[in-house]
Order: sequence, then structure tokens, then C-alpha cells
Amino acid sequence: MFAVAAAAVLMAMSLLLVRAFMGPTVYDRILAVNSFGTKTMLIIALMGFLNGRPDFLDIALLYALINFVATIAVLKFFRFGHLGRSEIVASGDGPVK
Amino acid sequence: MMVFDVISWSLLIGGSFFVLVGGVGMLRLPDVYARMHAAGLTDTLGAALILAGLMVQAGISLVAVKLAFIGIFLFFTGPTSTYALANACLGAGLRPLSADGTPIDPESDVRDAGGQDMGEGGS
Repeated sequence: MFAVAAAAVLMAMSLLLVRAFMGPTVYDRILAVNSFGTKTMLIIALMGFLNGRPDFLDIALLYALINFVATIAVLKFFRFGHLGRSEIVASGDGPVK
Repeated sequence: MMVFDVISWSLLIGGSFFVLVGGVGMLRLPDVYARMHAAGLTDTLGAALILAGLMVQAGISLVAVKLAFIGIFLFFTGPTSTYALANACLGAGLRPLSADGTPIDPESDVRDAGGQDMGEGGS
């Protein structure tokens, strides 16, 4: 039964890869990669149960954390063009927060 | 034990169904806001059902606690990242499609009076 769920998650991951490659805007790609990361986490958990050794859940938890932070960081980068360099804010030609 | 297996399997099958529907929706829906809808379906219901099925399979143990932590984390981060993405899309000038398949006119949207400054307070 874990194999059925893992197969469904893998199929959804392949569909998401298609969207990530042919997404018309960059936001489609970010959305697809974010959802792909969520499914990677699910498949890490499922693979642990499938092998009878569910010891990889720490990795899945860490992957969820990194996925969230990476999505926010990429969105901020595409919005401001940088990730918060202090000299640009000091020189005054960037968006001052 | 048989009862727990049946509960776990039905939860896993339900989660797989929602994950697959979300994947098909990501491929077939027309614009990025509609695709966010499909991704949200996957991130909340699909992931929650699969994690709940695994928790039933794990019983009361450290593994179930870790799965619960993953579920709680997804519960908070999924809507947050979707909100940030929608905010960035609106800020970049993308308009959601209306019912007849054309983008919504910016002048008709009262929330969009600020143009590029839309939602700056939230970021």
C-alpha cells in the first residue's frame, strides 16, 4: 500500500516537472518547484516506511524547512533583485526597507 | 490490528488521490493563480492525509511524533508560501483570469490602486 502511494506521488512529481519546465512565467516555475519539494518530503517519508526503516523522517522535516526558506528567498530575490545587501540600502539607490 | 491497517490504507489512498489530482491540476489549469489552487490542494489535503495514514501505521512512537511535526510545519508554511507567491505575482503585474478567459482589467480592481506598491506592508 505504501508502494501505491509512492507511485502516485512519483506521478504527480513528474507532472510537476513538466510544469516547471514549460511554465510561462517564473512564478509558475517557483510554484511547481515548491510543490515538488513538498512531494519530495512525502516520498522520503513513504520510502522509509516502504523499506521498513522509518528513520529518515528527520531528513523529511529538514527538507520541509529548507523548501519553505528557499521559496521565500527566491521570491524575495525576484522581487528586489538582491537578498538584502546593506551597502545598497546605505547608498540609497535600492529599495530601503 | 486489522482495523488500523484498513484506516491507514484508506487514508493513504485518499492522500494519493488528492496528490494526483493536484498534479493534474498543476498541468492543466490556465494561469498561475488557478495553479496555486491545485498546489494548495496537494500541500494541505494530500500531504495531511498521507502523513495521517503513516501515523496510523506507526502507532504511538517517536516516528508518529516526527510525522506530526512535519504535518504541523506544512500546515503553517504551505499557506504562507502560497500567500507570498500570490503577493509577488500581483506585485509583478500578473492579473488573474476572469470567467471568460481574459485577464481582469486593472482599473476595475479596487484593491490594485497602488500598482507596483501593492502589498508592500505585508512583505
